[in-house]
Amino acid sequence: MVLGGGVTGVQAALDLAELGYYVYLVEKKASIGGVMAQLDKTFPTNDCSI
Amino acid sequence: MEAGRSPNIEILTNASLNAIEGKPGAFKAKVYQAPRYINEDLCTACGMCTMYCPRPIADTYNERLDITRAPHIDYAQAIPSSYYIDAKACLRVNYSTCNLCAQTCTAGAIDFSQQPKELTLDVGAVILAPGFGRVDREVLEKFGYGTYPDVVTSYEFERLTCASGPTEGHIVRPSDNRPPKKIAFLQCIGSRDETCGNGYCSSVCCMYAIKEASVAKDHEPDLDISIFFMDVRTQGKGFDDARKRAQDKYGIKVHRARVPRVEQIEGRLALTWTNEDGSHESEIFDMVVLSEGLASPEDAEKIAGVAGIELNHYQFCKTSVGSPLATSKEGILVAGAFQGPKDIPESVTQASGAAAIASELLADCRNEKTVTVTYPEERADLQAQEPRIGIFVCHCGVNISGVIDVKAVRDYAASLPGVVLYDDPLYSCSQDALKAIAEKIKENDLNRVVIAACSPRTHEPLFQETLRSVGLNPALIEMANIRDQCSWVHAQEPEEATEKAKDLVRMAAAKARLLEPLEQPTVPVTPVALVLGGGAAGMSAASSLADQGFEVVLVEKEKALGGNLSRLTWTLDGDDAARVLKDMVARVKKNKRIKVMTGATLQSISGYVGNFTSTIAVGRKKTEIVNHGVVILATGGKEYKPLSYAYGESSRVLTQLELEEKLQRGKGFLKNAKNVVMIQCVGSRGDDMAHCSRLCCTQAVKNALKLKETKPDLRIFILYRDMRTYGFYEDLYREARKQGIIFVRYTPDRKPEVLKQSRGIKVRVFDRLIGEELNIPASLVVLSSGIAPMENQELSQILKAPLTSDGFFLEAHAKLRPVELSVDGVYLCGLAHGPKSLEESVAQAKAAAAKAAIPLAKGRVAVAPIVSRVNKDQCIGCGLCEALCPFNAIRLVKEGKRKKAETITASCKGCGICATRCPTLCISMGGFTDEAIMAQIHAFSPDGCKGGDGS
Repeated sequence: MVLGGGVTGVQAALDLAELGYYVYLVEKKASIGGVMAQLDKTFPTNDCSI
Repeated sequence: MEAGRSPNIEILTNASLNAIEGKPGAFKAKVYQAPRYINEDLCTACGMCTMYCPRPIADTYNERLDITRAPHIDYAQAIPSSYYIDAKACLRVNYSTCNLCAQTCTAGAIDFSQQPKELTLDVGAVILAPGFGRVDREVLEKFGYGTYPDVVTSYEFERLTCASGPTEGHIVRPSDNRPPKKIAFLQCIGSRDETCGNGYCSSVCCMYAIKEASVAKDHEPDLDISIFFMDVRTQGKGFDDARKRAQDKYGIKVHRARVPRVEQIEGRLALTWTNEDGSHESEIFDMVVLSEGLASPEDAEKIAGVAGIELNHYQFCKTSVGSPLATSKEGILVAGAFQGPKDIPESVTQASGAAAIASELLADCRNEKTVTVTYPEERADLQAQEPRIGIFVCHCGVNISGVIDVKAVRDYAASLPGVVLYDDPLYSCSQDALKAIAEKIKENDLNRVVIAACSPRTHEPLFQETLRSVGLNPALIEMANIRDQCSWVHAQEPEEATEKAKDLVRMAAAKARLLEPLEQPTVPVTPVALVLGGGAAGMSAASSLADQGFEVVLVEKEKALGGNLSRLTWTLDGDDAARVLKDMVARVKKNKRIKVMTGATLQSISGYVGNFTSTIAVGRKKTEIVNHGVVILATGGKEYKPLSYAYGESSRVLTQLELEEKLQRGKGFLKNAKNVVMIQCVGSRGDDMAHCSRLCCTQAVKNALKLKETKPDLRIFILYRDMRTYGFYEDLYREARKQGIIFVRYTPDRKPEVLKQSRGIKVRVFDRLIGEELNIPASLVVLSSGIAPMENQELSQILKAPLTSDGFFLEAHAKLRPVELSVDGVYLCGLAHGPKSLEESVAQAKAAAAKAAIPLAKGRVAVAPIVSRVNKDQCIGCGLCEALCPFNAIRLVKEGKRKKAETITASCKGCGICATRCPTLCISMGGFTDEAIMAQIHAFSPDGCKGGDGS
């Protein structure tokens, strides 16, 4: 079980699923993505966040 | 987002953890889930419910800068891609009235009968990744937030610069919706501030403020932007470069001051501050952005209580340098900002690291609970028939149909050769539309599909799945992007946009006619990992892989394991480095799956992901061949050897590591010492090495405190440029100041000087505070020499793994793939990636182990179908393709007497460089054959649709 569906939680869930485990991703909000989904660009390369 | 598509990830939204019982491997977790009131499977995300809802609410996704309605979706790309109802605001939920949304929803997705659920989940391990919380509002209010409308938080500013934000990316002042001319960013709001309880540094705000300022300048080049820093903490990989760019390119002004408050004068905002030399200055701005720090999550205490874990004194999760991802409770791990404030690359790295530890714990039950998706066999007969094309022109809600006449495009599509079916779904990517597309493929025996909608980058995999589910090869689809490249960019010219959409559809159909099924081969993986480097990173990675059940060969060039860790005396949190080292070595040595080779180096490597063969030189004469599936690069870095400050000329001048070694041996050398001067950024951030070495500030403070402890009457000076004691290390910095250690800032144009005198040495430095030169007779000068890369060029060439301009290995993507190299099957961790602390190295090593374990665990690697193919009859064996391939994915092999090129499909990325350069045009790209591309180009001309096949 991964608690938190931000960029950290999602990455952990993806890796665990790829490694051969079933994952529950528990997010308190209505969608995953966390704060990163609110960001416009990300440093240092100013890539788009979503 | 991939997580939404994985059959092995169950996303529970609106959910919180209420209890965990049991032990590692067999926890029972109780999860409370509040209703969404909208059925995720039925919702098509059309937006009708939001449109008809009479209840406006503040849009929290947009930081309350916009209004939405009770039923809504946070943002268009949200996962799950379903709307939900804000239960607090909804009239139906609270007063049993209204129900308008349910009546307007044509999909019948709105379901007020949903009840809260209490789920009990059987889980083997738990990863806590709740992120961070917001700084208390009172802290922001001290700076006029809430009183003056044009004082905004950095989160709000982020939404204002975002094209999908409330102002469509126009930066305006909230007070009058007019563009500001002068903006000030105030740093350390709710960070490095004991008065609000957050004594730590949030680590990310310096960099994000620079980013926000740069983005703002991109939008409005005439903006005047000032940032008020205490120290500029851009210690991450490549961050100093980005900061320099921002200053040089955009002319962003840097002030070194902490502004105490914000005042409003005639509708504008006045700041007054004290400069380094003690002078006061005032300036008026139109807008002030508060760079809010990262606080511990609001529910940190609740999580700690439920999970039974300990928190540190700032309410973040407590961990140790040697095991940064372990909580105080076994089987419960932590990653991301809850472990301490950090940026995205580090959070992503920790996430993978925590996944590795969970995988170590649960190795015995790998693949027991996972689901594999199976597809029906491909209908080869149908695929071989004449093209029977189905064209689906998507409305994308109003995204496309708001501009383009979708029905007209659809009817036009019907006239194209080979088209037997055409349709215009509202959202072609919605679950029900995908089902309908699948049905139509079956009913009409379609063997080629054109989707005229959005970008293949985001949605092609979805449609490919649909094709596979009905027995079609996923290569038999072509997308025409009539949204991003048509309706969005031609919103003002609907008629022309409709014509262009027809062109795009015609071209896509012309290409679709020539699409051929592509094989989807997989290759077996040798279940062995080769780890290069036996320092802290290499040992951690090797142990993790071995505990996950894989064989490891650990190659160390020195005679003993340990690397740089063996030179450290104390870790940054004051722990005994020797003990950490001993534990790591013991863990490696007792693991039977790890074969350690010391005094050994990599001589050559050949092969590709899953099937590498390496020659390892052991000692002077012996070599050994190792077959392995993956490689982890943990070859480390080294202490920079100073070329200045009289290093090597006087025994009184040492590096920090040499000081530690002396201290370890005893305090005798300090007997007559009075003044100790430490100089920061020796080698780093200068001409020799452009990068910041990240650690030296904390290391200097740590050693200064040790010296003070050993001999309290010592006077210690630290000459610095920016004190970069990020995260919780800020505590050490504050402690050092309390202990009377003297900090003097210098600038690179006026560096300190170390002068040898007849008796002893003297350090001369300009003190900006008093405006005078200091001459300090020094008993010892300690140079904070940075971390230099190893001589990586040779290894870089052997592996075809690129280096950064600083000489460290370059990861495939700083945020999405921080521990992978661009060459498949090769992973990266530790100082070989860049300067970092022991705890960061360990976390990164675990992350590399997680990524490396993925192909090992799967046993086979799937090869991307879009790869190059060589027509050997035409190949003249010139070798141009081999020389140019950036991925080592094409090679010359002997066939009879001649050499012919051959693609190593497992390594090929389908970039097409080889195909474009082949002098005999004998290389073609799967899915992008010359014929198909030419047909597409010919179809662009108005007559093209008649020929269509490129003739």
